[in-house]
Amino acid sequence: MTATLTRADVVAAASSKRRRRVPSWIAVVPLLVFVAVAFGVPAVAMLNGAFTVKNQTTGATSYSTANLTESLKGAYLTALIGSVKLSALAGALGTLLGLPLAQVVVTSRFRALREAVLTASGVLANFGGVPLAFAFVATLGNAGVLTTHLGLKDKGWDLYSFWGLVLVYLYFLIPLMVLTITPALEGLRTQWREAAQNNGATGVQYWRHVALPVLAPSLLGGFVLLFGSAFAAYATAAAMVGSSIPLITLQIADAISGNVLVGQENVALAMSLDMVLVAGLVMAVYLPLQRRSARWLDA
Amino acid sequence: MAGRLNLWRWVVLGLAALYFLVPLAASVVFTVDVPGEGVTFDAYTQIVSADGFTSSLVLSLELAAATIAVVLLLMVPAMVALRLGAPRLRPVVEVICSLPLVVPPIAFVAGIATVLKWGPDYLSRTPLFQTFVAIQNPSFPFILVLAYVVMALPFVYRALDSGLRAIDVKTLVEAARSCGANWPQALVRTVLPNLRGALLNASFLTLALVLGEFTVAQLLGFQPFAVWIYSVGGSNAQLSVAVSVLSLVVTWALLLTLAGVGGRDKTASSRG
Repeated sequence: MTATLTRADVVAAASSKRRRRVPSWIAVVPLLVFVAVAFGVPAVAMLNGAFTVKNQTTGATSYSTANLTESLKGAYLTALIGSVKLSALAGALGTLLGLPLAQVVVTSRFRALREAVLTASGVLANFGGVPLAFAFVATLGNAGVLTTHLGLKDKGWDLYSFWGLVLVYLYFLIPLMVLTITPALEGLRTQWREAAQNNGATGVQYWRHVALPVLAPSLLGGFVLLFGSAFAAYATAAAMVGSSIPLITLQIADAISGNVLVGQENVALAMSLDMVLVAGLVMAVYLPLQRRSARWLDA
Repeated sequence: MAGRLNLWRWVVLGLAALYFLVPLAASVVFTVDVPGEGVTFDAYTQIVSADGFTSSLVLSLELAAATIAVVLLLMVPAMVALRLGAPRLRPVVEVICSLPLVVPPIAFVAGIATVLKWGPDYLSRTPLFQTFVAIQNPSFPFILVLAYVVMALPFVYRALDSGLRAIDVKTLVEAARSCGANWPQALVRTVLPNLRGALLNASFLTLALVLGEFTVAQLLGFQPFAVWIYSVGGSNAQLSVAVSVLSLVVTWALLLTLAGVGGRDKTASSRG
């Protein structure tokens, strides 16, 4: 990089001072080239593979949407629906549970508590994957500390189930919600509450007619973000349930590792494309909502 | 009214504390209170001598160092240049750096695995094949660095962007230039020191990402730290939970340091 700048410098020095613009343009080129190779090539390969069908008898390949239709059938469809259900439920619960926590923290008089909870949220929201799964296995798994001490097994508790996964996912989704909703809650002016009270509104009425409508875009944006985060999660589920719960990430992983019928290798790529489409949809909903809620915070 | 509000506060905070602290406490209990053996710290003393611990941890740290170096070398000059000129490229770079958010890691690795298969399939007679072999070298898989740099782009972009927003790059560089500094000097000796917070922020986030990354590494068949913890889990439950607890403590210490350095910047950069 230094070399590029130096060469650009020589060019700039050799020519007139008006040519100063050249280096700023050149410094972006390595980044663009890198992304094109490291991100663009795999993305194009995925797209290409998702639409390529190989004829088993002749070995000839042709383009068609057969993989995509296949990825929306049978076990693959079950996995996709399972992922959407899990993410929607975990996202909704995370939103509902994160809001009161964030509200209590934002309106707290203790600065230290606020800072501590927000910092911890920043840490926990980034904490997923294998260690999280193992922490919960040690707590609520079949031989977990709480399971054995409280005799939860006799009461029908099973961590390696749909609801078990929801419980574990909430561990990083609630903090993510707290982080997302805090700026919006800070934007709720005390004057609005006072104005509502002066007009005779009760606490419930204030929340229903003033606070929630103002928060709605941020809440919805937060939900969408949580949905996307849960939808893309793989490590936690893989370390916890193996493939006993149908999830699209686990299906794709299975297919990449070679556990797939001959001729269906590209279905994994088609499923990946499905995931990209869902994630793209999530972003397409989230970004306008975030911009909309930002209007209230700027004033 | 005030009493009810206070009660509500304590209930919410109490339940949150319970939910977030119990799994951690239980994990520690699980590792030291082994059924039939009583309280023992064996799980923790075993860690260092465990098979594969050192090599996987070293590999993870090497990958992290390489990823941080590459991502900063690519991003810092580009972001500074965007501030100095070429404003039309700014939205382009922003979109490019946000693209990885739309492709979940599992979909990304599916694409990478497809590309890597081209090596033996189509390129075995070309010089490119050697490159394919080299980047998949199990002792230092450079392909993971490529993948991690892409995955770190959104975080690094946001960290650097908020850092650059706080300083007037143009004035700084012009001042340095009129004092006789050349371009590299202006960048290294005036801009970078002012970006220290943002650079640290970006490095820590990248470090946390690489140390915890599991999806790409496991599916491409390499064994950095997170994959090693996973593989230990099958044979030695106590050990794997002990390592999980330790890796948590280390990651948290890192991220808390970052929160201390960056203040509220941290919350802004992890949003999204």
